[in-house]
Amino acid sequence: MSDFGTILKELERFLEVEFSMRDVSGIAKDIAALPPKDQDFILNWTQRLSAAHVQIATLFATLAPEVARRMDQRLIEAWVMQSLDAHDRNGLQAAVKVLREVDRFIEQDHEHAAGIVLEDVRGIILTFACGLSGRRLFLDTSDEAWTDGETLHLPAIIARMENAADNFVLCKALVAMLWAQGRFGTMRVLFEGMLKDHPDPMRALAFFNRLETLRLEACISRELPGLFRDMLRIKDDVLPETWQAYAVRLSHPDATSMDSLSLLPDALQSDIPDPPCYQCKLDTDAIMKRIAEENAKLRVKLSEIARSIPGPNESPKKFEVAHDRASGEMELMLDDMPIAPPEDVRQLLSSVMLDFGEIPPEYLVAAGPGEYDPTLDRAVQKDPEQVWQGTYHEEGATLYPEWDMGRGSYRKNWCVMRERDVPAIHDGFIEMTLAKHSQLVRQIRRTFEGMRDEDRLLKRQPQGEHIDLDALIEALSDVNAGSEMSELLYARLYRAERNIAVAFLVDMSGSTKGWVNDAEREALVLMSEALEALGDRYAIYGFSGMTRKKCELFRIKRFDEPYGDEVKARISGIRPQDYTRMGFAIRHMNALLKEMDAKTRILITITDGRPEDYNDNYRGGYGIADTRQALTEARRSGIHPFGITIDKEGRDYLPHLYGPAHYVVIDEARLLPLKVAEIYRRLTV
Amino acid sequence: MIPPDNLLTLSPQRMAEEPYYQATGGEVELFEAAYRNHLPMLLKGPTGCGKTRFVEYMAWRLKRPLVTVACHDDLTASDLVGRYLIIGGQTVWMDGPLVAAVRSGAICYLDEIVEARKDTMVVIHPLADDRRILTIEKRGEVVHAPDEFMLVVSYNPGYQSVLKEMKQSTRQRFVACEFGYPDPAIEAGIVMRESGIKPEVAANLVKFAAMTRNLKGNGLEEGASTRLLVHAGQLIASGLTPADACRSAIAEALTDDADTLAAILELSSSLF
Repeated sequence: MSDFGTILKELERFLEVEFSMRDVSGIAKDIAALPPKDQDFILNWTQRLSAAHVQIATLFATLAPEVARRMDQRLIEAWVMQSLDAHDRNGLQAAVKVLREVDRFIEQDHEHAAGIVLEDVRGIILTFACGLSGRRLFLDTSDEAWTDGETLHLPAIIARMENAADNFVLCKALVAMLWAQGRFGTMRVLFEGMLKDHPDPMRALAFFNRLETLRLEACISRELPGLFRDMLRIKDDVLPETWQAYAVRLSHPDATSMDSLSLLPDALQSDIPDPPCYQCKLDTDAIMKRIAEENAKLRVKLSEIARSIPGPNESPKKFEVAHDRASGEMELMLDDMPIAPPEDVRQLLSSVMLDFGEIPPEYLVAAGPGEYDPTLDRAVQKDPEQVWQGTYHEEGATLYPEWDMGRGSYRKNWCVMRERDVPAIHDGFIEMTLAKHSQLVRQIRRTFEGMRDEDRLLKRQPQGEHIDLDALIEALSDVNAGSEMSELLYARLYRAERNIAVAFLVDMSGSTKGWVNDAEREALVLMSEALEALGDRYAIYGFSGMTRKKCELFRIKRFDEPYGDEVKARISGIRPQDYTRMGFAIRHMNALLKEMDAKTRILITITDGRPEDYNDNYRGGYGIADTRQALTEARRSGIHPFGITIDKEGRDYLPHLYGPAHYVVIDEARLLPLKVAEIYRRLTV
Repeated sequence: MIPPDNLLTLSPQRMAEEPYYQATGGEVELFEAAYRNHLPMLLKGPTGCGKTRFVEYMAWRLKRPLVTVACHDDLTASDLVGRYLIIGGQTVWMDGPLVAAVRSGAICYLDEIVEARKDTMVVIHPLADDRRILTIEKRGEVVHAPDEFMLVVSYNPGYQSVLKEMKQSTRQRFVACEFGYPDPAIEAGIVMRESGIKPEVAANLVKFAAMTRNLKGNGLEEGASTRLLVHAGQLIASGLTPADACRSAIAEALTDDADTLAAILELSSSLF
């Protein structure tokens, strides 16, 4: 147990008191009064937070002693992480706001509450919601639970119940209620504007919501009886008599949101009873916005379809939707011809169907020219060159997390990654390389052609499609000589199918300038020759970056691209760029490799040194920890990473990154081209 | 013992009992029309939706023997056509299942045809067009299919792999019939009939199946098939709780991914 003096000294160091002159003795006194395990926990986090911002750390240390009495440590961690995320995304003020709102996380005064951290159950909740609704939804955090029909907004921490199991039930109940809002027509009342003419629309909405909660509870009790049993257990509301009568009426299987509307005038005469813990908020504006967006998106997509189908342009094309209620299948008809809608259109149609119960005819009018608003499309790709010309934009880029070893967790959406093409340079580099290594190229081709589809005739087998004549003749002469006849008389064709996809990730950092860059390019030429001979599928990407905001992956060869003049010219166009931030590159290659349907997936990185970046803490341990984490993620998803490094000091950190026997250190750059093909051969035999 | 002509062949047997099959559309009539016109059939559809049971039923209905070959990625042409064996120092030809079916005028059902090696197409193509012949290269023999012979193949278009797509030259020889999951009411009826559980439990199982089918492409490669529902129903009928039965017969069979599995279990516990 630390005494007051030690704690004070530590706090003064973490919170940089020598500059701020702040008196932290009060905080130290509070911490000293806690049990030792809490003391260490708080001091430890204060130190870690001070790396982000002293002000966050100070606020945390101030609040933590009280919070530690009410939350368990896992929840406190989640609370702090939430604040760090806010700091990463929106800066200091946002982080401070999250810390100050600690009371929101704990709605009741539990001792050491064991809550549910949304981030921990994100995968389960999204899949659960998808199973219920039949389409992929998004998940975001918010103070209250609400949805616009596309994104579920849930509290980041759910700790209203006393134990974790009940809090998870609450979380599921919230998701089910949000799903029910769409499924059983609550939303339709809102976007059809039936409440908007009310003298006090906010009050009407609150009462309507309370009535709908009664109706949706009954719907869930019929559709999801198992969940409803659990919901009854955590239910905490008490209904006055008039409202009990409403509940009876609204729980009839035929009750619709119209019944809630018709009860509304009567209900408004009374007081509104407290809602159950799983009642969700209704947000009319958000729903209207989403519906308008979907309408526009659908019409733009339809006009794309209309344009792609040849026919007389003058006559307007008429879309219709045939809906088979029994199977839920929807068929899109264009001028009475059935067409198969693409997946995104199908999703949009089913969403509209869910909102309206039918596809309103005005939704099926293809958008006219000029109606296209590309910002509506989440997946729209921006020209990366143009984006870079402005300020650092995150729009259109892929965001990757990064492992922060100090925090022991990921920094979410930290790296802003963009794929770019390497400019093709036709300068005869390929021909020169092939001529320079002509003997080696011949040898590589021979070796690798030998490895190609090693179909072998296996002789003397117990079964097989052919008779092994040699074995048969021998066996017959054995029989004549009086010994027993062998049973191994058949030959069988053994087909070894190489089903390998390999991605090469090449260091394009500034430090590769000169010899290393030449060696890398030569190595890629030889490697490509070998892989062409072998027939394995392969991709080549280069990586470089400058700070987390400018992480770039350079496409040299995609998996589905042939090794033609364009790719060759891109190999010769590889030029050194900035720094070696590595985690994002490995994570992106993981994503690309995971899409490949191959038995064996290999990621080979070729670098000239340890990962580092300009002017932030990526240098040193942090960068290595992040890279190691990214490689672990790769291994976990069944990818075999292998590192080739031209760095004599590589032996110090490579075993830590790649694990023993999964890396090679090449002492001299000029040896790289000579060795890389052989390394690959050994890796895949 | 060495057979006459040094030839061994199987004689496939006719089905003794009527297999249970619940028609969901016009597939029975389609199959009969194809049979009468000597056209081969291609059955498309996800796993466990009743393709194999349908063929069994049709074989019984048309009173033909049935030869089923489950294709796998090591299945070669000689596995279908046959091979020489050595018996007592002499070579004896052993007919493969396809030849045996042709000789005896049976229905030959090649299940999951895309899984077989590409060289099998060489023997299937001449059999699937109007020639209706099968060449046994090693014996120099050409077998003409009798009128009663019918070739039926199945494949699952749901696989995302391009390697498992069927070539146009193959698929354009067949009369195709698409199989989907039956309508909820019919499917519940099938599950009840096959497992003997109560209607409301069967209806809940079907509802659960629909939820897992919603997850296709979002964590699952394929939703729960009717077959899995029957399995779960049988377990429930033998006294397991619905939750346990759904876990063992459906959830664990669908995925190994911990998060997806947890979500599927949450879905089933929400229902039962």
